[in-house]
Amino acid sequence: MSTNELTGISLLRWIWRQLTSMRTALLLLLLLGLAAIPGSLFPQRSQNPMKVAAYFKANPTLASWLDRIRVFDVYSSPWFSAIYLLLFISLIGCVLPRTIEHLKAIGAKPPLTPKFLDRMEFAQIVDVDKKLALDKAEKWLRAKRFRVRREANSISAEKGYSRESGNLLFHLSLILILIGVGVGSLLGFKGEAIVSVGDRFINTPTSYDSLGFGKFQSEGSLIPFSLTVTDFKAKYDLKTNAPSDYTLSVLTSNPLGSKEVARVIKVNSPLTYRNTKIYLQANGYSPMVTIRDKDGKIAFQGATVFLPQDGNLTSTGAIKLPDMNPQMGFVATFIPTYDRNSKRGAFSAYPEVLDPRFLFSAWTGNLGLDSGIPQSVYRLDTTNMSRIALKQLALHETYNFGEGSITFEGWKPWVNLQIVDDPGKLYALYGAILAILGLLLSLFTRQRRIWIKVEQTVEIAGLAKNAAPGLEQEILLLKAKLEEEK
Amino acid sequence: MSQTSWAYLSNYTIYSAMVFFTAAFFSHAVEVAFSVKNEEAVTKFDFARTDRAGRIGSTMMWLGFIFLFAGVIFRGISAHRVPWGNMYEFSVTGALAFTGAYLFALTKYKIRWLGLPVSIAVLLTLGTAITILYRPSAPLVPALKSTWLAIHVSAAIVSGGVFLLANCIAGAYLILDRYESNSLPRPRWAQKLPELEVLDQLSYRLVAFVFPLWTFAVIAGAIWAESAWGRYWGWDPKETWAFITWIAYAAYLHARVTIGWRGRKAAWLCLFAGSTFLFNYIYVNIYGTGRHTYSGL
Ligand code: HEM
Repeated sequence: MSTNELTGISLLRWIWRQLTSMRTALLLLLLLGLAAIPGSLFPQRSQNPMKVAAYFKANPTLASWLDRIRVFDVYSSPWFSAIYLLLFISLIGCVLPRTIEHLKAIGAKPPLTPKFLDRMEFAQIVDVDKKLALDKAEKWLRAKRFRVRREANSISAEKGYSRESGNLLFHLSLILILIGVGVGSLLGFKGEAIVSVGDRFINTPTSYDSLGFGKFQSEGSLIPFSLTVTDFKAKYDLKTNAPSDYTLSVLTSNPLGSKEVARVIKVNSPLTYRNTKIYLQANGYSPMVTIRDKDGKIAFQGATVFLPQDGNLTSTGAIKLPDMNPQMGFVATFIPTYDRNSKRGAFSAYPEVLDPRFLFSAWTGNLGLDSGIPQSVYRLDTTNMSRIALKQLALHETYNFGEGSITFEGWKPWVNLQIVDDPGKLYALYGAILAILGLLLSLFTRQRRIWIKVEQTVEIAGLAKNAAPGLEQEILLLKAKLEEEK
Repeated sequence: MSQTSWAYLSNYTIYSAMVFFTAAFFSHAVEVAFSVKNEEAVTKFDFARTDRAGRIGSTMMWLGFIFLFAGVIFRGISAHRVPWGNMYEFSVTGALAFTGAYLFALTKYKIRWLGLPVSIAVLLTLGTAITILYRPSAPLVPALKSTWLAIHVSAAIVSGGVFLLANCIAGAYLILDRYESNSLPRPRWAQKLPELEVLDQLSYRLVAFVFPLWTFAVIAGAIWAESAWGRYWGWDPKETWAFITWIAYAAYLHARVTIGWRGRKAAWLCLFAGSTFLFNYIYVNIYGTGRHTYSGL
């Protein structure tokens, strides 16, 4: 064996010992806390991509530098994951050996009585018959459920092992939580889909507006169900206009093709299929219009999803007609309850549909759909278009803009469903419950030792771990008990 | 009684509580200020003279607590829900928890001297709440309608109250430590405070006592987030800072238990951990974005 290999192995050993030392673990823990901070100060892509885009617009150079160190994706960045993984390894490396040691210690006797008790805390000389002292003390200690080690002329007793048990349980549960988080991110998926009232959602990748899979998960794992939105009711507070209740009624069939059952989804009560949960996440309106060409032929008819812009659900969107010649597009606003004043112009005064209006501008020219750059369905790129009309329609009104006409037919509510599969969350939950139990056990158990020694005199003393209170009283109690005549 | 009249009743009860806290403040101020016999040497103190003022202060504190408690309950009745749906309600309930923590500790430790800073802090919190943060009583937005709201928020508020009390004590420790390490006599207001070691232990006990509760609050929040938003953890700013607070207190406990930190270093760490909690409460609620912004501001 060359010396090179030797140093290699000893280096690895050294690294392992450093990594699994308590100090490193604590340092990593603090580092994890520190590393989490930037994510709360800078916008995150996973939470608010629009804000990230705005940040890029405002400070292009700074943003591109920050992006290189993944400041906008802190929690999925390599450096954050590195800390997390190292902490995981460090925890395992230091908790497992301690657990084994502790299991051995549970079977073992308390350590021997120290030589000089008078140097220990709360040392007392007890005035008692030497022959009876140990028997009396043992009886008392056992009744108090101490573990007792009796030698020829001394007793060593210990209580509160569950402190270490709880402590280890807590630390082991942290590992379980980390495993749960890991399993969820590797084997889960999360997607969103907008579904209008009356429409049917089938759980296949193409039905989603956005869908992300964990590293070890693929399309095949989507469970085959369908869901038809039959009704959506939103209630609002009359004073504040804030929503007070949402109720989504659906007919679902699982597996696909089986008998449909009626179910209700609310914000705090998702629909659950094993690990897959379907949440009601957001809602809005889809205005329905009919657009005809010059000859009166229907060029478009139906509902278009618009995005809410404020608490009163003023909603904006776009309708694109690539098949007309020339191509046409509409930029439009749907106002559920119409009001207007000189300062704001037209606006919505209430989130429910009481007096709806459809405001639009009509454009002809080139929609730019062939340019290869993906376009938002909610926006119109008007660079190569010219505006031919600007109008506001009440319900059932029609406007003729020369190239054709548009009729405001009505509206449909839509809901945004979030569909999530997280197979790791139960581990995390069990880990969390065990962690609390372990914590309570370890923080509220006092671990202490009591010794009695019979030599020229009878001495008692004790030692409390972490200066836990109450030992002095306990020793005085024992002293009183021993000195009791009987 | 109608919803609005319950809301008014709640407001008046909270105003009355503030009157009692003001009385407690003056009593404790008298207790501290007049415990010195002016005609004798400055080092002579006679606490017996002002014992009555101190006792009156504690009584006022209890009355304030009881009225505040009633105010919080009435608010809940008026809104038909648990009374912590916006920042006004968080603050009032937080002040209640803080007073409660103090009064509870008062039954076990001789910390009546804390009455002065506690009454000041409570008055400031309530004052800000009724002037800047006040919002009329209204129903909750759908995401907040959950039993977990009651569980999660009450655990967080109680933890917060105790964390702040531990911070007050750690702060007092640091101030007094300055005098004693320079071998100066304590200032007058501090003559009645316990020994430094007692303060040190007390702030540790408080933290060790509520750390499991804070852990529970974070976990309950995660369970609720799972049922409302479809994920139990999303690194929302509020969640992130709750995590940071948790880590900071875990570091404090480790520093004490495993490294053996005591005294000054431990007190600073305690203050630091407490300030991450305050940061989360004030900054993230008001300026933060993310899904936890229910402050109503
Ligand atoms: C590898 C990492 C870790 C090691 C080696 C470690 C080790 C220890 C040790 C030796 C104790 C003292 C128990 C006693 O003697 O009573 C302890 C207590 C504790 N640990 Fe850890 N720990 C680690 C990570 C963590 C983490 C990640 C947390 C979570 C925040 C944590 C939270 C606690 C708490 C709350 C206590 C109780 C303190 C007390 O008894 O007052 N530890 N840990």
